[in-house]
Amino acid sequence: MTDPVTAPHPEPEPSPGAAADAVVDRILDATVRPAVGAPRGVVVDSPPGAGKSTLVVRAARELVAAGERLMIVAQTNNQVDDLVDRLASKAPDLTVGRLHASDGRPAAEALRHPNVTAATKVADLAEQDVVISTSAKWQWVKTEAPWRHAIVDEAYQMRSDALLAVARLFERALFVGDPGQLDPFTVVGTDQWAGLSYDPSNSAVVTLLAHNPQIEPHRLPVSWRLPASAAPLVSAAFYPYTPFRSGTGPGDRTLTAAVRPDGSAVDAAVDEAAEHGWALLELPARHTVRTDPQAVSVVAATVRRLLDRGLTAHSEQGSTPLSADRIAVGTAHRDQAAAVRAALVGLGVPVDPTAGPAVSVDTANRLQGREYDVTVVLHPLSGRPDATAFHLETGRLCVLASRHRHACIVVARAGIAELLDEHPATEPVQLGVTVKFPDGWEAHHAVLAHLAGHRVALR
Amino acid sequence: MSLLGTLARLEAVRSGRAEPLATVRHRHLSDRPMVVVPLTAAGESGAPLAVMLGTDRAAPRLHIVPQPLNRTLRFDHLAGFAADLLPYLESFGADVEQVEGSEKDPETGEKTQVLRELCADAPQVIVPNGAGVHHLALLGRSTRFRRTAEDADPGPYPAPARVPLLGRWLTHLTDRAQVPGSSLLLPMTGLLARHWATGQSQLEDQHLAALLAWHPRPEALRDGRADGGPAGAAAAELAETARDGHGQLLHPPAGPATDPRFDELVLAPAIGRYDAAVTALRDAGPQERERAQRYVDRTVERLTEALENVLLPTWRDVWHGLDLLRALPPAAHLAERWEGDRWSYTGHRDRLAAGEPPQPRQDDAVTAARKLAQREREQVRLDVQEALDDPLAMAERRLAGEAFTGEVVEVVPDHDTSGRTPKPRPLVTVRTADHPHADLGREAHRTHTATPQKAVIAAVDQEAGTITLRVMSGMGRKKEPEPGSLPEPGERVTFTLFELTARQSAPLPEPDDTPWTHGGPPGPPDHARALGGAGAPPAAPLVAGAPRPSAVPQSPDASEEWE
Repeated sequence: MTDPVTAPHPEPEPSPGAAADAVVDRILDATVRPAVGAPRGVVVDSPPGAGKSTLVVRAARELVAAGERLMIVAQTNNQVDDLVDRLASKAPDLTVGRLHASDGRPAAEALRHPNVTAATKVADLAEQDVVISTSAKWQWVKTEAPWRHAIVDEAYQMRSDALLAVARLFERALFVGDPGQLDPFTVVGTDQWAGLSYDPSNSAVVTLLAHNPQIEPHRLPVSWRLPASAAPLVSAAFYPYTPFRSGTGPGDRTLTAAVRPDGSAVDAAVDEAAEHGWALLELPARHTVRTDPQAVSVVAATVRRLLDRGLTAHSEQGSTPLSADRIAVGTAHRDQAAAVRAALVGLGVPVDPTAGPAVSVDTANRLQGREYDVTVVLHPLSGRPDATAFHLETGRLCVLASRHRHACIVVARAGIAELLDEHPATEPVQLGVTVKFPDGWEAHHAVLAHLAGHRVALR
Repeated sequence: MSLLGTLARLEAVRSGRAEPLATVRHRHLSDRPMVVVPLTAAGESGAPLAVMLGTDRAAPRLHIVPQPLNRTLRFDHLAGFAADLLPYLESFGADVEQVEGSEKDPETGEKTQVLRELCADAPQVIVPNGAGVHHLALLGRSTRFRRTAEDADPGPYPAPARVPLLGRWLTHLTDRAQVPGSSLLLPMTGLLARHWATGQSQLEDQHLAALLAWHPRPEALRDGRADGGPAGAAAAELAETARDGHGQLLHPPAGPATDPRFDELVLAPAIGRYDAAVTALRDAGPQERERAQRYVDRTVERLTEALENVLLPTWRDVWHGLDLLRALPPAAHLAERWEGDRWSYTGHRDRLAAGEPPQPRQDDAVTAARKLAQREREQVRLDVQEALDDPLAMAERRLAGEAFTGEVVEVVPDHDTSGRTPKPRPLVTVRTADHPHADLGREAHRTHTATPQKAVIAAVDQEAGTITLRVMSGMGRKKEPEPGSLPEPGERVTFTLFELTARQSAPLPEPDDTPWTHGGPPGPPDHARALGGAGAPPAAPLVAGAPRPSAVPQSPDASEEWE
């Protein structure tokens, strides 16, 4: 096997920007000016940080400019608030309605714009150019005059049954999402529907494409988020058949520290990540409980040092000091996130975003679609005696390994490669269900093999 | 697996006995359950071999298929199964109560009071394990579309009259069994595993006899073996592997698959003798017929005896499991959940009475989404109710940081004066040793209150181990809280960080309004095609000289369901 990062890949002719622009133009044409008889849906597959949100903003502007009213469906309240914030700042000429549930206030960033109106009833937002809400809220909207156009954001995260409930609201839709991220899930048995094109637990896009085979998904070819150190790995490990590249070249993004390392393994890992974009901070092998206290405290110490060492992130967007809100900690389970949050509070690191800039600590599910300068990841298989389908899921690792603009530090117990070898995937193959490839096992090995080159052992 | 579950398993390893995972019984048990122990024939998925069933543990009834490949015998067997099971299932349909409900008039939109029938009780079928449920589902799928002699077009191979009805009931029961917390059809292994932890893996717990080996046998104690015989893992291994001098398992597996050594050494020779006897009967002259018939009867008796021997241990195991479960006091919310099962039963009874066609082979998009929503809602309800009913279940949620229990140390009256009239918003401080994920501003819900009571976490003092909550509701409408609506200092209270009721599911379109993203409205239902209904193209007439149907029926609806 060739190392996916060092393998030479042919330098394509057009610059990343030009290649991406050409694709975006085609997508906007298909969305805003569809040919007669064109399918009612446009699907855009986007690797991490490939300008999906920018595309959504542009599509919204052009649709409104063409005289359309538009509804936007996102999956979580965080995503909706982000999108409102972005849309309202990038397109101050649009009026944006934020439809929200009666028991959930939208975030302050979303409401600070003069062109944003929030309401719990869709009738109060009838005059807005764009109305944005979660798919859960849209499902309850009763309306006589449906919107003609919709944009469905993070469509691969949306479940098929949610699309079934909201599809009555629009005639045409642009579906954007990242096929490499986590599939939607349910805690109850759904085997009886496996293989049906409309399996309600499927992703919305899978169902849409099965019933509308004439739709050809567009692909965004350039990741603007991932640095040159990460894009080739993430592309090879998680998107082997739809490769993408980074928008920036090697050396375009750097991290510099104002404080010299103190000689600890944590600082060595920070320096390794600052230089190479990746670091694996490895604890001695051991089977542990999920909230492995040692691993949790190492994660917290790493974040503390990231803040203490006065790091500055230099990129094509200029140089900015690495503040707490530009750091994220990713875990597989909620109790792990809670334990890390408690450990960070113990070290005096802010984790409450309502009280100023704070480090985001969350599970992969909740970090989807978000972007940070540096991420610290507690490896999903760290300390585990077994590798279940949950922990092997490709999307989980892909989300955790693709949130950063500069560097990613993975904290793990030693012995994960051996654990993987002892637990080949054993999920039953269902008739009519497309086998997902690469499987999590393969992807985990690819990432581990690369991280091995940036290993810092902690004794 | 939860931390407490793991701990209980470790304790079971040490003690050699099953350790409790629950202090109450979390599933409804009928006073008159129907125990069904099915067996399948090897080689063909879902082919019935035998079934032992009954509501009286002293009088099991056995139906067998002497030659499992013979479709006629198979359907005779299913007719016998139906004749035993259907009267039980139907016996609950007559005793009804009237329940008031409101219905929306489709035209005026006005709500009107209606009385609806709800069956006072419902049947309950207990099978040994999850594979038994799966087998009944296969049987249901393969029989509910059968044509019978009573149909307008019975086809060349009509099934006995009540077989399709059996299929529709089995389909209903197995479909309902997918709903979390439902109790119309329950596997014994699942019931036992919910209430006790053994010192073996969850995979090993699928073996009913091995699972029960962790529970001391009353008869072993009675026999004077004070220790109850070999304990725990040793007893389980004995149940799984001990064989007699003929190589046969002392404790045959609970099925529905049989032990291959039984198939090889006992079943296959017995079926072979039956086949030979049937051949002899066919070739017998008039004066030999009586003797040949006696020989056939004897081979059937032998087969029956062999199958009875492998079924009886499991039959007794299921009843033993019921005894164990009945010793537990019922959980408080059982009646409420059982009412859902009664509605489910009543609904199926009404659909049958209204002459509706059988359940389609596949759910359409909307029905599938509705069922998924129902199951998710019921899962939430089940988790909440189990936690409320059982301190052990709540302890798991507390350990997971989703709830906390403690003593009230202080109640400080306070008011929200922002509105026109002041509203009570008192502060309750609880001292607890639990470590909930208590972020400030997070909603908490007090358990076991007459009216739902919501609070918001106002302060957390890690050092003192106290959490202060601002109570937001459940205190009446006056300026001061209703007496008794707030806990007193010194009282033990539990707050959960999860809601205590399942959220309503969002509305879905009608199947006829299925949107373009999901393929539009479904076509004519499957059963119309399967039954040769009006929408189906007429079957092509048999062309002379075309291959004649062989002994195995060739009609499409005869072959397709036996996948």
